[in-house]
Amino acid sequence: LRYCYRSFSGQLIIGAMPLNDSTVMFLDEEFSGRMDNLTQVMGLHPHYLQAFLRCHYYLLRMDGPLPLHYRHYIAIMAAARHQCSTLVCQHVQEFEQIGVCSDWLRGLEFCPQRLRNLNEINKILAHRPWLITKQHIQALVKTGEHSWSLAELVHAVVLLAHFHALASFVFGSGVNPDPEVTEVNGVTDDICPPAMAGLCTCHLTNSNQGNRNPLRNPDTGSELEALMERMKRLLEEREDDDASEEEMFTRFEKEKKESLLVVSAGFDEEVVPPSPVARFVDDPSFGYQDFARHGEDNPPTFKAQDYTWEDHGFSLVNRLYSDIGHLLDDKFRTACDLTYYNMASHEGVDTSMLRRALFNYVHCMYGIRYDDYDYGEVNQLLERNLKVYIKTVTCYPERTTRRMYESYWHQFRHSEKVHVNLLLMEARMQAELLYALRAITHYMT
Amino acid sequence: MEKMTRVSGTVSGCTMFCHLDAPANAISVCRDATQVVVAGRNIFKIYGLEEDGFVERLNLRVGRKPSLNFSCADVMWHQMEENLLATAATNGAVVTWNLARPCRNKQEQLFTEHKRTVNKVCFHPTEVNMLLSGSQDGFMKCFDLRKKESVSTFSGQSESVRDVQFSIKDYFTFAASFENGNVQLWDIRRPDRYERMFTAHTGPVFCCDWHPEDRGWLATGGRDKMVKVWDMSTNRVKEIYCVQTIASVARVKWRPERRYHLATCSMMVDHNIYVWDVRRPFIPFATFEEHKDVTTGIVWRHQHDPYFLLSGSKDSTLYQHMFKDASRPVDRANPEGLCFGLFGDLAFAAKESLMSAPQSVGDVGRKTYPGGDRRYPIFFFKKPDVTEQFAQVSSALSVFESEAGSSVGMDWFINTAQSYLLSGKPFAELCEHNAQVAKRLNRPQESTTWTMLRIMFSEPANPSLSSNHNLNKSGNLPLVNSVAFDHKTFTFTLFLAARKSLQTVYEDVFLCAENEETEGSEGQAEYLFGDAELDDDDLYSMEHDNQAEEPEYLLPQEAFPLRHEIMDHPSAPEPVQEKPESPHVSGSEAESTCLTPMESFSLISVSQLLFSPHLPPKFFCPIVKEMLCYYAEQGDVQMAVSVLIVLGDRIRKEIDELTQEHWYMSYIDLLQRFELWNVSNEVIKLSTCGAIMCLNQTSTTLHINCSNCKRPMSNKGWICDRCHQCASVCAVCHHVVKGLFVWCQGCSHGGHLEHVMEWLKQSKHCPAGCGHLCEYT
Repeated sequence: LRYCYRSFSGQLIIGAMPLNDSTVMFLDEEFSGRMDNLTQVMGLHPHYLQAFLRCHYYLLRMDGPLPLHYRHYIAIMAAARHQCSTLVCQHVQEFEQIGVCSDWLRGLEFCPQRLRNLNEINKILAHRPWLITKQHIQALVKTGEHSWSLAELVHAVVLLAHFHALASFVFGSGVNPDPEVTEVNGVTDDICPPAMAGLCTCHLTNSNQGNRNPLRNPDTGSELEALMERMKRLLEEREDDDASEEEMFTRFEKEKKESLLVVSAGFDEEVVPPSPVARFVDDPSFGYQDFARHGEDNPPTFKAQDYTWEDHGFSLVNRLYSDIGHLLDDKFRTACDLTYYNMASHEGVDTSMLRRALFNYVHCMYGIRYDDYDYGEVNQLLERNLKVYIKTVTCYPERTTRRMYESYWHQFRHSEKVHVNLLLMEARMQAELLYALRAITHYMT
Repeated sequence: MEKMTRVSGTVSGCTMFCHLDAPANAISVCRDATQVVVAGRNIFKIYGLEEDGFVERLNLRVGRKPSLNFSCADVMWHQMEENLLATAATNGAVVTWNLARPCRNKQEQLFTEHKRTVNKVCFHPTEVNMLLSGSQDGFMKCFDLRKKESVSTFSGQSESVRDVQFSIKDYFTFAASFENGNVQLWDIRRPDRYERMFTAHTGPVFCCDWHPEDRGWLATGGRDKMVKVWDMSTNRVKEIYCVQTIASVARVKWRPERRYHLATCSMMVDHNIYVWDVRRPFIPFATFEEHKDVTTGIVWRHQHDPYFLLSGSKDSTLYQHMFKDASRPVDRANPEGLCFGLFGDLAFAAKESLMSAPQSVGDVGRKTYPGGDRRYPIFFFKKPDVTEQFAQVSSALSVFESEAGSSVGMDWFINTAQSYLLSGKPFAELCEHNAQVAKRLNRPQESTTWTMLRIMFSEPANPSLSSNHNLNKSGNLPLVNSVAFDHKTFTFTLFLAARKSLQTVYEDVFLCAENEETEGSEGQAEYLFGDAELDDDDLYSMEHDNQAEEPEYLLPQEAFPLRHEIMDHPSAPEPVQEKPESPHVSGSEAESTCLTPMESFSLISVSQLLFSPHLPPKFFCPIVKEMLCYYAEQGDVQMAVSVLIVLGDRIRKEIDELTQEHWYMSYIDLLQRFELWNVSNEVIKLSTCGAIMCLNQTSTTLHINCSNCKRPMSNKGWICDRCHQCASVCAVCHHVVKGLFVWCQGCSHGGHLEHVMEWLKQSKHCPAGCGHLCEYT
């Protein structure tokens, strides 16, 4: 019997869990037959969960160009890039249930060359998606023994992006591995020993001292007020803000540059300890690098209006892998439009400005710029701690700690923080997809 | 400023293009059709249209600093005022430009009221100072160019506005299309709410265009790859035409002076521009294929001239297309169609002119599809429309139905699938059984193949002792014979003239055995190919001639069947079709009946014993592989898969995974089509491909509800999370069942498998005491 599930939010969520939403329940039952921790955390936003699960299971179980075991293996490869043992374990198990090619689980060198060829775009998409070019696509698609068809490639790319983003969510909200996963499996034991499961649990255990009751903290009240005040001011200013072009441009550049400085404390190129997950990782030293680096030729900014998800991305992805476009579209839209008109204890607040700032800030770090967005807003709305958190969760989620999670927005509910995570996850996935699909489009033309 | 050249009356020109410095997002043409403006993220230029090319007239991107106001999503040239232009900028600004301004910077007004990218601007067709814009933020704004601010704002109450268009005929009306698939009609005087709204597409509506003549016709194009024409003149908006394209539709423009024509270009993937006749939605009327990247802007050069189309593209070119240079897909289209039905019916549509010789067509039909019957000749007539420029093609559709039980039907497939044994017995017995099955179903070739497989891969100790006897018998028999194959619909006569004694036959065989070492084993495949063509009587008649003419080649023939599976053909020039018959002949000679493969194969085994009694089974693998490929190629994937399964490890390594997977998939698909679920499942189970085996693991989840609270059980099968009750209790021992749970479908009581079994030995009634007479099978 599980009375609680583990996440940063701990037991606090239990009371707020809207699990009586039977549609969500059924949807989940229908596909997995059990509720894992991830689903339960996401279940805080049942509306979104529905869109998510539909997409998730369509990718993994329904008709598609790739065979089932390939899909899970790609999921493992993607999650392993971020050392997300939770997801790796889960899919190792699912892979074993399929019951074929189980020797692939011994590591990358045991799987077919065709899958190994994905390593290159896997690592690029996971850490520096802006580097992906049509040459990468060409190398995979060009005729030969191990070539990929475009449809298969699109499926693989969507899977990769989905699981990279999901890893962000898992670390961002501190979802722990299911106790059952580690209990039940026999063969997977070497991959997911209880000690490995601790990789995520550690946040929970080593930061107990920071578990103060947020409502009693006297400073935090003003923090929320200040944020609301700034939002109101921005809304008013917008009318008469005549920032010049250069001003807007520099604001974007500033945000971009500043995102470099936002680094989680005590982070230096530490070598990741060899873990059982490492067998699914090729070139582990390839990690995140900032999009805009000082004194280097930076890749050109991705102009969002020139390649949008709605117009271009959707058309391409749906053409090569039917119906996934609609599901992804639905998921993005649900995540972006989700609101309860609440901010902490305040009700009836229009949070669209805040949501857009979060979404665009993630894209900004990935070098995607919206012409029609004033990046000054990001600076005003997102405090430094939050930026640190955002950057960590999206760029190197494996470094997220509970402390980071708690260090921003003290007064906000956990469900609101999970909402933030959803936005980050979707923004990240969209950014990766945009880069990958643009490269595929370039290849096709 | 340069003096504009005016072309009065008709416009003239040719297909031409020029390179732009940057990708174009939109183009617009001035009213007198002499100049075109190209706008994009990094380009904003005016080109003059000369007889023989584009001439750059003006670059509107001036100033040192790059301004986002120049980054245009859309541009429109005023149709009344030749110096006035408007652009929609990606940063949300609406800018107007006056070419008559004396300085280099032609920017006249800047409206920054939209918060998001402006997707579209549109001047009023008759009102000089009225400009409309539609933006990503969901608002449309109407500007009076004499004022600094918008005069009215229209809220679509939904997502982004993708296109706005003033009606050409109704002064006050405009249409707006939205990202959520809706189209709204507004009255410019009433900003509070729309007049009409309807859902036009699933997904964004990227564009709309009013018909230049027909009041109330609106064409819309969307991400769902459709172009739809709506009639707004009635009370209810009605879809009157629908064209399905191959990619999402980015722009749509009615062709001037042609009531039913419109031009489209697509958002992604497809680079062509199509001109459709909406009444013929299946094939474009004309296609322009010049662009190498997606076309982003199309515009007819002159509003009363249907022959010139201008287009801008992401590939940084600007084109003028002449209608006479367009390619006409209809000319290349194949007007004949042919399709097989599931039960062997055949439908065939062809041009009437081709079908007009009825006698010959009927004959052909009957001959090609035996048992077929041209029972339903259906003719489609379409009234020729004078305004339609399509070539008139009227086709006749004929349906040939197959008679029940005829050879076209698939009964043999079903029978074979059900009768074949794929596992569970020793290899030799499986082959034997399958050979009998094939023979029973009048499929001698398959039957022979099975028998041969048995011999090839069985242990060499197997050959029967009676073979010597048979050999002698057949070897000494008279050599000319005629055999009737009563299972075929035709009879053929075969002349065999072998003059040599048994001894020489042996010598020949010996020689050939030597040959096999040098020449590999290709001859074997030839044998198989030949056999398959048994049905073709034309080939046979040809053979007979050959045989009559070249009797000296016949002896080797007789030698081959004796041990054809192990030896190669010494490049003899006779047609390959002859060889298969030989074993049949010798068989029937031996028994004086129709073919009995057993006998002929005992001959083979003897000849095997004569020189190489211990040929390893591996030796045959290439031959068998070719045979399997051959069967698969012929469409008999059943044979290929069955052999593959029965041979198992003996052959599997020889054939690459993908091919095997492909065969399995095809066979399983066929089986499922004929609803042979059990066979298909057996095949899946017996397959050795990973991808096939996991087919059985899809949809294997069984959902159960708690028996107390009727809620679905979430994680464990025996305890309900909600009511914390053990849901599945054994009716016999009253303990929780954690393993196999068996229950009666009548009263839904049950329990541990072994408990229930024990119980039922004693009683017929339900162990729970409900009085139901349970049935467990």
